[in-house]
Amino acid sequence: MSATLKHAAWVLRGNPVTALAATGATLLVLIAIFAPWLAPHDPIASNVPMALQPPSATYWAGTDQLGRDVFSRLLVATRLDLAIAISAVSISFAAGAVIGSFCGYVGGWLDKSVGRVVDVLMAFPLFVLAMAMVAALGNRVENIVIATAFINLPFYIRFARAEVNVRRNLGWVEAARSGGESHLTIVLRYLLPNILPAMAVQISLNLGWAILNAAGLSFIGLGVQPPTPEWGIMVAEGARFITAGQWWLVAYPGLALMLTVLCFNLLGDGLRDILDPRMRT
Amino acid sequence: MSLLQVQDLRVSFSTRRGVVEAVRGISFDLPAGRTLAVVGESGSGKSVTAYAVTGLLDRAGRIAGGKILFKGRDITHARESELRALRGAAISMVFQNPRAALNPIRSIGRQVMDALSAHNSLTGREKREKALDLLRAVLIRDPERRFDAYPHELSGGMCQRVMIAMAMACEPALLIADEPTTGLDVTTQKTVMDLLAKLVAERDMAMILITHDLGLAAQYCENVAVMQEGVLVEQAPAAQLFQRPQHPYTQRLVAASPTPRSTVQELVGEPPAPPIIRPAPAPGAAPLLEVHRLTKLYDGFKAVDDVSFTLRAGESLGLVGESGSGKSTISRMVCRLIDHSGGSVVFDGHDIGDVKARDFHASRFRREIQLVFQDPHESLNPRFTAFDAIARPVTRLLGITDSRELTGRVEEAAERCGLPRNLLGRFPHQLSGGQKARVGIARAIAVGPRLLVLDEPTAALDVSVQAVVLKLLDDLRRQDGLAFLFVSHDLNVVRMMCERTIVLRQGQVVEQGDSAAIFAAPSDAYTRELLTAIPHFDPVAA
Repeated sequence: MSATLKHAAWVLRGNPVTALAATGATLLVLIAIFAPWLAPHDPIASNVPMALQPPSATYWAGTDQLGRDVFSRLLVATRLDLAIAISAVSISFAAGAVIGSFCGYVGGWLDKSVGRVVDVLMAFPLFVLAMAMVAALGNRVENIVIATAFINLPFYIRFARAEVNVRRNLGWVEAARSGGESHLTIVLRYLLPNILPAMAVQISLNLGWAILNAAGLSFIGLGVQPPTPEWGIMVAEGARFITAGQWWLVAYPGLALMLTVLCFNLLGDGLRDILDPRMRT
Repeated sequence: MSLLQVQDLRVSFSTRRGVVEAVRGISFDLPAGRTLAVVGESGSGKSVTAYAVTGLLDRAGRIAGGKILFKGRDITHARESELRALRGAAISMVFQNPRAALNPIRSIGRQVMDALSAHNSLTGREKREKALDLLRAVLIRDPERRFDAYPHELSGGMCQRVMIAMAMACEPALLIADEPTTGLDVTTQKTVMDLLAKLVAERDMAMILITHDLGLAAQYCENVAVMQEGVLVEQAPAAQLFQRPQHPYTQRLVAASPTPRSTVQELVGEPPAPPIIRPAPAPGAAPLLEVHRLTKLYDGFKAVDDVSFTLRAGESLGLVGESGSGKSTISRMVCRLIDHSGGSVVFDGHDIGDVKARDFHASRFRREIQLVFQDPHESLNPRFTAFDAIARPVTRLLGITDSRELTGRVEEAAERCGLPRNLLGRFPHQLSGGQKARVGIARAIAVGPRLLVLDEPTAALDVSVQAVVLKLLDDLRRQDGLAFLFVSHDLNVVRMMCERTIVLRQGQVVEQGDSAAIFAAPSDAYTRELLTAIPHFDPVAA
């Protein structure tokens, strides 16, 4: 384990952008965990006399139309947005990696039929598909997670399939077969761990995308409902006031979204280097 | 005056572990029109030297000291623009793996024309004429028709000839050939090298041939320089160097190279061992392996066509052939990794062909037939330690799960393969090529098989490592009475390792019989061609 840490430290030293992204991501997770204790004000309690205050020493990011502290809401929203993104990506990664690996390894009719289903799925505008799913399943947070996971699934299936496909005839897979390993073991214990480094990149890029997707759904009124703090809703609610010059309602949640997505995107490449044992000489 | 003078050249690479010196002060002179071979094993710095001369070092590498003089001019730190003027026109290179060096989406004729126009101003028609002349010079048949062919439509040997045509295009004074025939079949290697030697002699060019093959160096170059770990240890005329090697490393290298008469023991400098005497099989006893009329079809193409042979317990049989001969396909069918299209594979009296290859991992014969793979690097799971690689089959096939028993078994197998215990915790990328080969062999023998199928087990190894691995395999066979099915393209290796040999060509058996007899008096023309194509430095054999 210490070797892994040492290696991670080495990659981060040689790659300041990754280090910055990793710091940002860690910070985000910490904020998500401790948000209720960090928030200076109650994120939900309205305080109408103080409505639409510009950023000041008391209200760092100003207040919204109900007088709620935008900064506190931003902090608390981190938890929900990250939770949605992480659980959605975990589900689609787990399911997609396994399905894709089997397709790539077994080939034949399984590969062909799953491949066609994936093609059909990818032919839909994915965001519209997610909207339809949430609308049909009901306006709840679980359903945002399911919809986000579902529209990401095709990418993971394709990715895992391609990565396994190039490896299925390598010597060590044949060696595993002549060592008496069953096909199930070969996929789960041999092939999956080997495609993880490449998939880590995909996961990281996808996290950013999933956050945008969840925020997007809330923005158009699906999924998370007011008064729950969520970046997408905050942008949606603030949009009405932007023409009146109350820019902070939209700018800060937008900025939070942008920085979060950027963090995960930048983290991707560095992650691959950290997780690949062959880079660790 | 020398065409190329290299004086105390040092090349260093900055890596994660600090600065590594790949070339540590080498000097040599190459007069115009002469040929020099730079010989060495992997990591000796031979290719880096060539790249330094042509200014093609990658970004991490730099010339740390010394001088390179070309026609008396110092080009050690020449600017990129000066070097570009020199490359192709005065110095050109032929690379390893011609397919990768050619542009896949441009026709070969166009690529030769591009090489011409890099340093000449010719009209389109002149260029085309000249390109055709060059293709003719490299013996490409029907060049008008081939002119518009793409690299993937040509064989590896043809691609290398196109590369040679491109290298010759601007009539350089110096040609550097970096392992130009690695990956080609021996007969193709011979035609390519003969052609290269002829063209160089005709045009009075100087040539540096970089190779790991001592035979090739001796046959095609006047002078040979031997490199070891970035140092030039010995330099002498070819004949002298191989007959009376002075430096201990050269001596070891010469001894380790298989010749038509050497034995496995001689390669590692040991006294010859007595021939293996096996007890005569009981009358009427079935052979260990009986392959009958084996056929494999790929989309109607017969990769293996009606091949039959038998193998007795403890016997060693060689399968020899060039690429496309079906030798690897046969080994995979015998191992039951792929299904055959016709015929039968009978192991120890049981037809193992009736279990599908897909389900063979659960067969009781799985542990009896084990495989050692060609590329030791590719055959180890990058995420398993050496210990796990050896232990998994033991767990699966022998059902040993008790950790102490398992450890004992793995360590015993590793020890028998000469793998130190402290290496068992390492991952493949932390092991050398020879160590990986040992892990692969230990993995195969740990489950106690009766038949070991070896698919070019030493093809990817340096010659000194090959010698040690061959000796190890020979010892294992002597101790365990294992039967070998030894697949190889190298006839000398097969002759040393196998009692009987089968020569294959395009999926069919050309000749089979006693190894010694086949090598002494091949009855088929193709076998003779294969035998004469092997490069050698042995004055007696020549």
